[in-house]
Amino acid sequence: MAVRFLICLLLLALPAQAQPARDSLTIGITQYPSTLHPNIENMVAKSYVLGFARRPVTAYDPDWRLICLLCETIPTLENGLAQRETTPDGRPGLRVTWVLREGLRWGDGTPITTADLRFTYDAGRDGTTGIGPAEFYRSAYEFIAEDERRFTLRFDRVTFEFGSLGDFAPLPAHLERARWEQEPRTYRTRTLYDTEPTNPGLWNGPFRVAQVQAGAAITLERNPHWSGPEPHFRRITIRTVENTPALEAQLLAGQVDMIAGELGLPVEQATALARRTGTRFRTEFRPGLIYEHMDLRMDQPPLDDRRVRQALLHALDREQIVARLFEGRQTVAHTSVNPLDWPHDENVRRYPHDPARAAALLEEAGWTMGPGGIRRNAAGERLSIELMTTAGNRSREATQQVIQAQWRAVGVEARIRNEPPRVLFGETLSRRRFTGAVLFAWVSAPEGVPRTSLHSTEIPTAERNWSGQNYPGFRNAEMDALLEALPIELDRERRRALWHRLQAIYAEELPALPLWFRQDAHVWPPWLTGVRPTGHLNPSTLWAEQWGVR
Amino acid sequence: MTRLILSRLAQIAVMTVILSLCAFLLIGLMPGDPIEMAIAGDPRLTSEDAARLRALHGLDQPLMARYLAWAGAVLEGNFGHSRLFAQPVAQLLWPALLSSLELLALAIGIAILVGVGLGALAAARPRLAPFVQGVALVAQATPSFWLGILLIILFAVQLGWLPAGGADSGWRFLVLPVATLAFANLAAYARHSTTALRAALEDPHIRTARAKGASEARVLARHALPNAAVPLLTIAALDAGAMVSGALITETVFARPGMGKLIYDAVMGSDFNLALLALLLVAVVTMLATLAADLAQRWLDPRIA
Repeated sequence: MAVRFLICLLLLALPAQAQPARDSLTIGITQYPSTLHPNIENMVAKSYVLGFARRPVTAYDPDWRLICLLCETIPTLENGLAQRETTPDGRPGLRVTWVLREGLRWGDGTPITTADLRFTYDAGRDGTTGIGPAEFYRSAYEFIAEDERRFTLRFDRVTFEFGSLGDFAPLPAHLERARWEQEPRTYRTRTLYDTEPTNPGLWNGPFRVAQVQAGAAITLERNPHWSGPEPHFRRITIRTVENTPALEAQLLAGQVDMIAGELGLPVEQATALARRTGTRFRTEFRPGLIYEHMDLRMDQPPLDDRRVRQALLHALDREQIVARLFEGRQTVAHTSVNPLDWPHDENVRRYPHDPARAAALLEEAGWTMGPGGIRRNAAGERLSIELMTTAGNRSREATQQVIQAQWRAVGVEARIRNEPPRVLFGETLSRRRFTGAVLFAWVSAPEGVPRTSLHSTEIPTAERNWSGQNYPGFRNAEMDALLEALPIELDRERRRALWHRLQAIYAEELPALPLWFRQDAHVWPPWLTGVRPTGHLNPSTLWAEQWGVR
Repeated sequence: MTRLILSRLAQIAVMTVILSLCAFLLIGLMPGDPIEMAIAGDPRLTSEDAARLRALHGLDQPLMARYLAWAGAVLEGNFGHSRLFAQPVAQLLWPALLSSLELLALAIGIAILVGVGLGALAAARPRLAPFVQGVALVAQATPSFWLGILLIILFAVQLGWLPAGGADSGWRFLVLPVATLAFANLAAYARHSTTALRAALEDPHIRTARAKGASEARVLARHALPNAAVPLLTIAALDAGAMVSGALITETVFARPGMGKLIYDAVMGSDFNLALLALLLVAVVTMLATLAADLAQRWLDPRIA
């Protein structure tokens, strides 16, 4: 009996004594990619997963600099790889050349050549392929493959972003071209990326997709044909757990090693987890490009009066909201340009919490204190604003209540009316069926020109298929001119001046009330090294070969 | 009997067509089409892109024309492609269905065993009835998501005995979700079996069985339970529909990709092909199970016919 007891004891102790090999990593995220095709649909989960398995030609690095991943040099006017020219129809255009690095191969050993980029270009130019935003393909009117590694694109407009190829990443022509040519319209339902995602020839990153458990997990293994530094991890599994308490439980139970900040826990949950677990995990909060703000319906009273909009912002104590609700883990915003982005203007007008100034502005605008502590105008109308956000988003709902109380303190009534995200974004915002303020967030790219949210031609209407994100109805001729001038200004310093003016108008006119830039909460095991969150749309996984173990 | 079955099958066919039309129209009338959602999430989508994508996905057609096109394709055996998951619908439905069936069949099986056991206990030992009623009340009042999280904290996080969730195969991954669902479901079986068994135990033939010297266990199992099974069959038939419709909350808490989550995502994402096939599958299974329950009731109690 004693021997049996001893054996049992040893068996129980064994797992605890065994040291984990740590050549595999399990990552938890909260979204599953709807497709693995790189060029169809845009979603954060897909960029995160594909960051391990495929590489675009160019990307923004964690320091927000544009770098080459598959190319040799970023084209500039100075190095001669970009040249101004005139398009066949007489417009100013650009001719830009990239050279692919030597030795690049797909996961099945086939070399990556300009034929792959030619196929990507052909598929993108054909509107029936199903690629989402196609502005790039409309603008790039000619693709020239000069040799197997050197290719040139001719653009019918001049933009400062010409060096970035963005989503234009090679597709494997040797596997996909024939399928696409068979019938472009149904290509998206027959692509190997979704019908046979474990085909190694689809991938060109340090890892390739080895197993797909639809809706639940994707397993990646080292790509033997990767030409860069060999990654430390032999296998990486990405598990989708949409419910964040369940994701946290899986982390605590040891089923996932880390939670990706790009698609992980909300800041307040990560903060509480870090407090509870001490040094068991390493939590890093990294500011990102998610801009929480309140769009105001500024073409209707009372928000058509700039003084009222300014008063509403003066009435808010955003520092206190961030401190109390998010333990200081958000960066208070003063305009829509992120402080981490180089065009940010430190000297832009700010609106400190100043209830007296807010009251004075409201008085000046004709809103005097009335019965019940709510201001009224000369016609006896109450200063009452509908305040909407996405129902079910706890942090936004909590924020909304604080805003309601702070506005109330200066005599402004906020009527809360929340809607599910589908209704709010699909109907109320996009068809401009709101009357007051809507609290939500934007995600943008480094130096992303906010044309769709600020240009007067981007106000959604039925005539333009309800596209455009200028939900407030902001019309400002100088802003329109700036938004048109910015993309075509190639000189960085002159562009900086334009950006500063844009921010000054934004801060003065307040088409939206800036709240804060959200931070991503990255939760890692203490032994994991080399992960560098970017804070922008190019995920940290694009540099996964640098991840290692302490 | 054959006439009854044929008539009910005809009713099911008609009902399926009506349901498909209703479901299609309801999903189609929900605010915001998928392209509008995409525009909200991607500022780079222009009005030109929106028009092109709407045409590509057939969203520029009137709702009724889209329904007729879908119905025609289904009659040819083509269930279409899921727009949300980029997979053929049938291929997507099958693993989710198996996952939900595995989870819910076990949970409902356990709920029936434990629930009817508790009901039998309450009927045979009236002094234990308050205890059984208490258990049933707690089971009914406990929200599944809360119980699920509690079980995860206890058995996965604190004790480390079982996984916190996941879709991997193996009994260990089933224990906590099955326990959560079984607990929630046992209340109905316990309550109904208590009432039905109490009534059955009052019947004259039970007195006869007891007079003949049958043990109390035999009286309960062989004589009272078959008579009490009629109402339980109705609940079981409704639960059969639940088995294929999945358990959204439990599947979400335990990160199991089953039918509940699939249907929710498909409806919210306006994935017509997927949502319709899944909803119709649930409806048809529920109607067939109800028919099976009716037939079983007639077999158990010929007076019903």
